[in-house]
Amino acid sequence: MADIIVLEKMNKFYGTYHALKDVNLTIAKGEKVVVCGPSGSGKSTMIRCINRLEEHDSGRIIVAGEELTDDEKKIDRVRREVGMVFQSFNLFPHMTVLENLTLAPRLVRKTATAEAEAIAMKYLTRVRIPDQAHKYPSQLSGGQQQRVAIARALCMNPEVMLFDEPTSALDPEMISEVLDVMTDLAQEGMTMVCVTHEMGFARSVADRIVFMDHGEIVEVAKPYDFFASPKSERARTFLGQILAH
Amino acid sequence: MSFDLSLIASSLPKILQGLGLTLNLLAVSTLFGLILAVGILLMRLSRRAWLVWPARAYIYFFRGTPLLVQLFVIYHGLPQFGFIRQSVFWPILRDPYWCSVIALSLNTAAYVSEILRGGVLGVDKGFIEAGKALGLSKFQRTTRITAPLAVRLALPAYSNEIVSMLKSTALASTVTLMEMTGVARTIVADTFAPYEIFIAATIIYLVLVWIIQTAFTLIETYTNRHVRKI
Repeated sequence: MADIIVLEKMNKFYGTYHALKDVNLTIAKGEKVVVCGPSGSGKSTMIRCINRLEEHDSGRIIVAGEELTDDEKKIDRVRREVGMVFQSFNLFPHMTVLENLTLAPRLVRKTATAEAEAIAMKYLTRVRIPDQAHKYPSQLSGGQQQRVAIARALCMNPEVMLFDEPTSALDPEMISEVLDVMTDLAQEGMTMVCVTHEMGFARSVADRIVFMDHGEIVEVAKPYDFFASPKSERARTFLGQILAH
Repeated sequence: MSFDLSLIASSLPKILQGLGLTLNLLAVSTLFGLILAVGILLMRLSRRAWLVWPARAYIYFFRGTPLLVQLFVIYHGLPQFGFIRQSVFWPILRDPYWCSVIALSLNTAAYVSEILRGGVLGVDKGFIEAGKALGLSKFQRTTRITAPLAVRLALPAYSNEIVSMLKSTALASTVTLMEMTGVARTIVADTFAPYEIFIAATIIYLVLVWIIQTAFTLIETYTNRHVRKI
């Protein structure tokens, strides 16, 4: 399978703080990768470098065949092929659900409005909320908003989906409705990179688990191996902490 | 001292003869001021120092000096210079109406650009990032996400500025313009009854402010319709 994301010796600094240290990671098309680790370990920073919401300071990032540099055109090309779902949903509050979903296809892909709306309704149906199309985000629950955000990213027909702690801002009873949608998406063959603390999801969906700590990738393993016999002491400590209850 | 209600009533229609000029000054200066403010805002938000510093200096100067002084400098001060009297701008700069419009526009632009900047800075970064992640260009993000949200955030402060501008138009009476305050002062000079006449002017200003406030409340309700819950 072709590699869709390649990170080579990537480093990132915030001032003097070394946020990402020599990160190497290759993700193949169709792969589902879950990134976990303690807070402050660089998981979000790494995933945000993949569509250049953060700029890396050294090393190489190649996404969908394009190397990310200062070239704005290339960045825009990469972003078109990479969907992203945020912890805080980030739906445009002044647009209806349907307008949120059709904005980028119309402006970026130059899709005709009627066609963009048809595509939007298709994805709203897939995330099981077609009846909310004409509401504003503030009228929806958190779980519904996050499903709209997933649908919005899918409307661009991306090659990869990035999830940055998609369930961390949700009330507990809404987490499963979002994870269900993500599981469906994984089963349909979407390439996914998910930063999440949902270990049940990681276990059932991930092809590989990437464990990070202090800006480094400490361990990459298949879910069964990672949970049953983590190789590093840091991963054992982390799993002990989050699976204790 | 006697208080003459009938004098208030009889002076109202006379003062209202200045209403047209008051509204004209308000509308024209607000429009020019807004256009200028957007330009200054873009300079102020730029990353280039040679654009930022002139904008900051402009804002500092026009917020830092009295509008009355700015008006006098333009109307009384500039004609001291021969090259201005000989320039193509002289027909404009010798006209008290245009001098008032220029002073009001330049002054309000400084405030409005800061009001708009507050709106832009108030827009949640997450929405901009969502726009980036969807592949929208910088121009598309600015026009479709930042600007509409910033305007909504800036509206309450902007309505304040319009009310303030209405009252500032009264300063045009100091350079001979017969807007409402100018008319009122003329009547006072004839009748020696400042109390009644200025009360009449006050009533008209209050009605105008009420109309402006109500209009902005309606606009705010409309633009914030997405915030209301069902």
